[in-house]
Amino acid sequence: MELLSGGDIVVRALKDAGVKHIWGYPGGAALHIYDALFKQQDVQHILVRHEQAAVHAADGHSRSTGEVGAVLVTSGPGATNAITGIATAYMDSIPMVVISGQVPREKIGGDAFQETDMVGISRPIVKHSFLVTDAKDIASVIAKAFYIAGTGRPGPVVVDIPKDVTDPNHRVPYEYPEKIKIRSYQPTTKGHSGQIKRAIKTLLAAKRPVIYSGGGVVLGEASSQLTELAKLLNVPVTNTLMGLGAYPGTDRQFLGMLGMHGTYEANAAMHHADVILAVGARFDDRVTNTPNKFCPSAKIIHIDVDPTSISKTVAIDIPIVGPCDAVLQEMIAQVERSSSQLDETAIAEWWTQIDEWRDRHGIYSKPRHAPSEGNIIKPQDVIKTLFKVTNGDAYVTSDVGQHQMFAAQYYLFDKPRRWINSGGLGTMGFGLPAAMGVQLAHPDAAVACVTGEGSIQMCIQELSTCTQYGLPVKIINLNNQALGMVRQWQDMQYSSRYSSSLYEDSLPDFVKLAESYGHVGIRVTHFDELEEKMAECFSLKDRVVFMDICVDRSEHVYPMHVAPGSMRDMWLSKTERT
Amino acid sequence: MRRIISVLMENEPGSLSRVVGLFSQRGYNIDTLTVAPTEDQTLSRLTMTTHGNDQVIEQITKHLNKLIDVVKVVDLTEGPHIERELMLLKVRASDAQRAEIKRCVDIFRGQIIDVNTNAYTVQIVGNSDKLDAFIQAVGDADILELVRSGVSGLARGEKSLRL
Ligand SMILES: Cc1ncc(C[n+]2csc(CCOP(=O)(O)OP(=O)(O)O)c2C)c(N)n1
Ligand SMILES: [Mg+2]
Repeated sequence: MELLSGGDIVVRALKDAGVKHIWGYPGGAALHIYDALFKQQDVQHILVRHEQAAVHAADGHSRSTGEVGAVLVTSGPGATNAITGIATAYMDSIPMVVISGQVPREKIGGDAFQETDMVGISRPIVKHSFLVTDAKDIASVIAKAFYIAGTGRPGPVVVDIPKDVTDPNHRVPYEYPEKIKIRSYQPTTKGHSGQIKRAIKTLLAAKRPVIYSGGGVVLGEASSQLTELAKLLNVPVTNTLMGLGAYPGTDRQFLGMLGMHGTYEANAAMHHADVILAVGARFDDRVTNTPNKFCPSAKIIHIDVDPTSISKTVAIDIPIVGPCDAVLQEMIAQVERSSSQLDETAIAEWWTQIDEWRDRHGIYSKPRHAPSEGNIIKPQDVIKTLFKVTNGDAYVTSDVGQHQMFAAQYYLFDKPRRWINSGGLGTMGFGLPAAMGVQLAHPDAAVACVTGEGSIQMCIQELSTCTQYGLPVKIINLNNQALGMVRQWQDMQYSSRYSSSLYEDSLPDFVKLAESYGHVGIRVTHFDELEEKMAECFSLKDRVVFMDICVDRSEHVYPMHVAPGSMRDMWLSKTERT
Repeated sequence: MRRIISVLMENEPGSLSRVVGLFSQRGYNIDTLTVAPTEDQTLSRLTMTTHGNDQVIEQITKHLNKLIDVVKVVDLTEGPHIERELMLLKVRASDAQRAEIKRCVDIFRGQIIDVNTNAYTVQIVGNSDKLDAFIQAVGDADILELVRSGVSGLARGEKSLRL
């Protein structure tokens, strides 16, 4: 057997786990590993400018490919800087392995220089974590980490490695396990067939059914099965913020996103449904509005790979624990075999009702916001223009705020893994580094980062990483000169007292800022020039382009749930309520 | 409702902190907790008592099962079971009180395991109610020090929590 040092083993095991790119930042406790990286070509390290960005980039890689992301940071501040990224990945169940350097074993617990209890600090925000105490365990721990991160309900796994364990002068036999078996971890591989039978019976008896699907369908690669089942039954589909793209956004059966900023038709359909088929969704508070007013007449079927998601906030009538793809496949087979069918007249009436809702309050049947004109550019129109210029086929990452909701509402994703945003944690600063991860994984694709002047400044330093590695992302900055979403809440709930949501003329000139990193900056102040400049932006295929678009600051995101309330209780504009 | 939940988990550093962390993170209650390795040194058995409504208890058992280090979980209170707790207490016992305390210990089928001029150290084993009753019987005023092990338990019959 080959003898390798701990540092070399880390890198070799990463390679054997299938890693081609690892995002990170060096420091004392990780230097043996960095030296091992230097000596080989198989695993490319990408040096970010802040560890948070390394984690978001690996996260973007994972969300856009389905692969397990990889991150390397040093101990202490390197590890703590990674925490926001890890929490972001955890909340959205994104598979990744974060390797952190640690102080040497004999120094652990002694408040050594750059010592932080990484396993302790990260514990509530990881799927699992390891502290490696022996060089001969490194390979098997890394193999287990990748296996745990990527199977069942995915999530981030931390591997903390003390510096002396990676000592270049201490060699041990290297062996990467071919198969992994963990006696205490056996993710479910199929759903209970009796439950599936019950679910089909309930579903086929429905008169007003809705499919409510979430990020689990994207993560579980179940998008084609979901689409097939919905088509087979001619049932309406709504997606959560995390599920966008899992069902084609431009399809007639798609009602749009549901929840706090969902469409009226999606939320009304949920409210009036008699049967809801929830797939890979978790009844988040941004979806349900007030839980005890949630969908009063619905029987709920819930498919999820994670049993803890079931009946967590809303009681479920028919739970099915299992991977979404396998369960949906079985459901399709049972529907095809079934002697009973949905009541066609009832379904036709249901569609008539839904079309009436679409017509009355829907944001797609006609614009509900005032038109853009002259130097008033409505943020919604920026997203519509982005959709048009990129033929609806870009990878779109987003930051957090109004721009995120506008992107979710107006960019209609037809494919999964195209819409990449921090839904669970809502992390400002996610967009740019995530876009870098997407771009590196898809070098020829158009990658747009929809952001706001607030969010972009939380990881703006990554413009430098884009320069170093030639990552030609397109930054679409919806510059409303305000922490817009905060401002919106202050308008609605605090009589427009803008406590710390404005910058008082302190914003940088983003065009010059982009140029100083060697990128192209384009400012848009008039609606007439928007489309043309956006087209120019995307024609510069190998350049980073920072589009600074001055949008109407007074615009609010609508529809919006009225809280507390039921799904259908919504503000439709500043003055209009359902 | 009060529940006794028993967990078989990997005997690894950090396993216990994951269980305890889960409870504080999600706002669940731990009333008592005992943990020690089993006859198989690679496994630890953890027993805890907790309380909450059915929905909370269901989430607790599901979340425990979800922890990677946890091999098996059982809610002992779901079926017939045996539970025991050990209590050691030092009670003031001088002259006149000595006979009275000794009688009380006998009634509760406990043992006096250490003696000096002014105090007895008493050991009582039983379910938690019995331990509570003993404390009542001797009266708080006389107790100098008290320690309880927390509840341990097993299901009745042949049912067993093992690999
Ligand atoms: C790291 C972080 N801090 C604070 C918040 C709270 N927050 C949510 S949206 C928002 C404003 C975002 O402003 P901007 O990026 O300009 O987007 P806009 O809403 O103006 O489109 C804030 C502060 C957050 N989500 N993330
Ligand atoms: Mg803003």
